[in-house]
Amino acid sequence: MARRGRPGRSGAALVIAMGTLAAACAAPGSDNPPPQATSTSSTSAAPTCGTAPVKLSGYFETGFPLPKELTTEFTKQHPNVTWDIREDQFAVITQNAPRVLADNPPDLMRLPQVSELVKDNLLKNLDGYAKAFGWDRWPASQLEQLRMGPGGRPRGEGSLYALGLNFSLTGLFYNKKLAAQIGMSAPPTTLAELDQALDKAKKAGLTPILQFNGGATGGLAFPLQNLMASYGPPGPINDWIFQKPGATIDTPSNLQAAQHLERWVKAGYFQKDVNAVDYATMMSRFIGGKGLFMFNGDWESGNLDKQMPGNAGFTLMPPAQQGGKRAAMSAPLTFGIAARAKNADCAAFFLNWVATDKRAREIGVEVGGSHPMGPADAYMPEVPADKVTASTLSAGADIAKDNGAMDFIANATGAIYAKSWTPQLQKLVAGQQTPQELLKSVQADYTGQLEGN
Amino acid sequence: MVPRPAGARSASRRPVTAKLRGSRGLAGWLFVAPALAFYAVFVLRPIAVTFQYSLYDWDGIGASTWVGPANYGKVFTDPDLFESLVNAVKLIVFFSAIPVVLGLAIAATIRRIAATRLALVARTVIFLPQVIPLVAAGIAWSWLLASTGVVNQLLTLVGLGGVTRAWLGDFGTALPAVGMIGAWVLLGLCTLLLLAGMSKIDPALYEAARLDGAGPWREFISITVPSLRQEIAVCVTVTVIAALASFDIIYISTQGGPGNTTMVPGLQIFYLAFSEREVGMASALAVVLMVLVMACALPIQWFAKDGNR
Repeated sequence: MARRGRPGRSGAALVIAMGTLAAACAAPGSDNPPPQATSTSSTSAAPTCGTAPVKLSGYFETGFPLPKELTTEFTKQHPNVTWDIREDQFAVITQNAPRVLADNPPDLMRLPQVSELVKDNLLKNLDGYAKAFGWDRWPASQLEQLRMGPGGRPRGEGSLYALGLNFSLTGLFYNKKLAAQIGMSAPPTTLAELDQALDKAKKAGLTPILQFNGGATGGLAFPLQNLMASYGPPGPINDWIFQKPGATIDTPSNLQAAQHLERWVKAGYFQKDVNAVDYATMMSRFIGGKGLFMFNGDWESGNLDKQMPGNAGFTLMPPAQQGGKRAAMSAPLTFGIAARAKNADCAAFFLNWVATDKRAREIGVEVGGSHPMGPADAYMPEVPADKVTASTLSAGADIAKDNGAMDFIANATGAIYAKSWTPQLQKLVAGQQTPQELLKSVQADYTGQLEGN
Repeated sequence: MVPRPAGARSASRRPVTAKLRGSRGLAGWLFVAPALAFYAVFVLRPIAVTFQYSLYDWDGIGASTWVGPANYGKVFTDPDLFESLVNAVKLIVFFSAIPVVLGLAIAATIRRIAATRLALVARTVIFLPQVIPLVAAGIAWSWLLASTGVVNQLLTLVGLGGVTRAWLGDFGTALPAVGMIGAWVLLGLCTLLLLAGMSKIDPALYEAARLDGAGPWREFISITVPSLRQEIAVCVTVTVIAALASFDIIYISTQGGPGNTTMVPGLQIFYLAFSEREVGMASALAVVLMVLVMACALPIQWFAKDGNR
């Protein structure tokens, strides 16, 4: 058997070990240098990628072909620019974002919720570029969600810290064949009509709404927020998401929305196993014709046009009252430039190109399925009217008219989705939470998280 | 048992080499140094750093604030965090009790049919889950347990359509369901360990028992189980640690849902550190988990040692 170490020696070993640990005694973290002033405010001309060879580093999201298609086209037009692209799933990007931006700053990166990145001074302030390229003359709503006050709060105003490759829109997709089966010839125009359609579908033995709500992804937040916007104005919801002082989610109209959602749950409008359904399962069920409606975003438009051509319809969430204003969750596909990026000017030039180049905008619509960023009067590619992409694009115009764009309630803080909305909505489905208490506890978590910041 | 050559040599030479102890000691240290350095850098230092982080409020990047033991207070007062610790303890039933008890029964059965080909097949089949990566096991089981999965199909087939449900999405069944996945994975390990232990038991003992008129059950209780004390201790230790520190299976199958019913400390630490960027809280929970694991594992070790004497 092994010999036992003598006490004196293990003591020595302990001393050596502790010596190794001594290195770790300083407080963790550091104050990064103060936020940089806008980098190009001194130059009057807009920056370019120049003519010398440049290699831009990118950190993109796996499974979404749009950024790569754009970078390929960009290199075709600007051959001196090549790309070094790393891809990860969005969840991984979310977890890695601060460390990657700090240690290995990419020139261009797909970003998760940006407030905390701004707080840690990890993102380039884009105000200078906005001025040089004229982004400040685009419709203000496009950039609102990417503006932040000092330290990342509140969002919605202040300096620009990111840009979108396009901006997406959510609403109700529906299966046209199943709609015809229950006699729904046109999408519902009021909440009551939607309720009727759901009821008819249920009675016809169809699943009225396909949604995901399993694991760590509470997809019932989609119908909930749409109902909130149906019952009340989107402004206060945005204020809450943007962390404006005094904002609350626990309002009377939001309570009506949560109660309405509970009625849908109790009426059996969602699948029985909704708490075990993930996003991919929901998509495959909808494409497989297993349900009438699905709350989702136009990032799936291109996919649905391919997978169920001519059979997918899209409508915005109908308002509670006939002719009322419509609202939708709408957010830019957020990309930013690391504070210490090597080729920030060229990356900014690329972002501007995505929004303004004719071919880039075509790619944005064909591949991305969403509305491109850019000036209101910019070139819009033609899309055949029978495609669901055409419906989502025109819905975007309606939302712009009604000024009804909202960010997603899951983006209010870094933890609110996983920690609050998801478990609370899962409990609502299981009958273990009331609408009243749901809003109360989400609001309590929200307040706690803001105080913690 | 064959005595180990190295041990035998050092024991016999000890008196002669006493005066060389200094230089030999140095040489010994040289041999130990790489492993020790590795251990210090990759095990001891992270533990110390984790403990240090646990005393700060830190988002992983920016400036940190000293908060002392406040994070530890929160681990026990925040219902979500505390509940995850409770869930981990509940999982011990599935990860530990079921594999050890069932493993004993299966090992005893296989031992009785040891000479047949069926024993080899059974051993292979039961050990197979141990070879499969936990992530693959988690994915496979989440398909099996889905509302349209094989488990529900079988239940419907035998007329139990009424109890079918999305096992991983139901508040009442999600934790037992992930527990069963863990039991399935760990059963093979326990069975094999116990089987190996059984082959060491002196057959004379069984013979003597049989002469005294003991039946199979009596043999099992009076000879097999006491002789396997050490193996059982190893099984319990390994599986209890697997239960308390579980992550992979749950991350893949439920991600802690629905409504936090399957949230365990391992997953909570991961979410706290990388999603919520509360590195201090995550570290505090990690330290608590480490202490909990040791508090559970060390008594089992002592228990096994006492039995050995």
